[in-house]
Amino acid sequence: MIPISWYLILSLVLFAIGAFGFIARRNVIIMLMCIEIMLNAVNISLVALGRGLQDTAAHILVFFVIAVAAGEAAIGLALVVLLFKKTREVHMDEFRALKG
Amino acid sequence: METLVFLYLALVLIVTSLLVVTNRNAVHAVLWMLVMFFHQAVLFLTLEAEFLALVQIIVYAGAVLVLFLFVIYIINLRTELKIRNFHIYWPMAALVSVVLVVLAVKAVKEFCPGPVVGDMTPKLIAQLGQAKVLGKALFTQHILSFEAAGVLLLVAVLGAVVLTRRIRFRGEEG
Repeated sequence: MIPISWYLILSLVLFAIGAFGFIARRNVIIMLMCIEIMLNAVNISLVALGRGLQDTAAHILVFFVIAVAAGEAAIGLALVVLLFKKTREVHMDEFRALKG
Repeated sequence: METLVFLYLALVLIVTSLLVVTNRNAVHAVLWMLVMFFHQAVLFLTLEAEFLALVQIIVYAGAVLVLFLFVIYIINLRTELKIRNFHIYWPMAALVSVVLVVLAVKAVKEFCPGPVVGDMTPKLIAQLGQAKVLGKALFTQHILSFEAAGVLLLVAVLGAVVLTRRIRFRGEEG
């Protein structure tokens, strides 16, 4: 049986990769994908802990995280389409004004 | 054997997520992410979470990634392949991420799991099936959160439609 800490370390590494991409990439779409990577990393740790504690709450929580991630992707991509319509640009450091 | 499977899955997950982060082509990034999600579903299977593995494939691979692909096709990014795709300060971001990993791994290396608290024992799962156990918990104990998630998804769908619809003024041809 694989110890839970291995799963936790895997989830940490994935989270760090996602965080790096979110900070360093310029493309807004890739930044949204990095958010999905981070959410998936958290899901891995939740499922591993849920297996260790044999509790249903972890599985339910992962279910809700997936639901929220789907909603977040829909809204985020709608915002990206809106930004692209307005400015013809999807690179984060090109946006200098908060006012649309 | 179990360890071998875990190491393979961990390796593929890390490599594909790195490819997603560093890829110049957004379509390739989405396809690498598809590989990553399938491997993560298998990882859920090794953790005895069959229901979540199926939800992972249906929701992420089936819905979210298709949404990403559609948006990438709407936004035709010809220039993306030629210009730099990282901010100028990316080494600092890499440093922060590496430090995060090192510190957090130091913290969880001594992790020892607590005693079993839940009721989702292998015996009960074998008796009832995992979907039944989870469904019972979802629709009794967590029913309020379930309703809230439904409202949230409805608001997300309506918000996406409202945000991206074409704004028409009165008397103007659509």
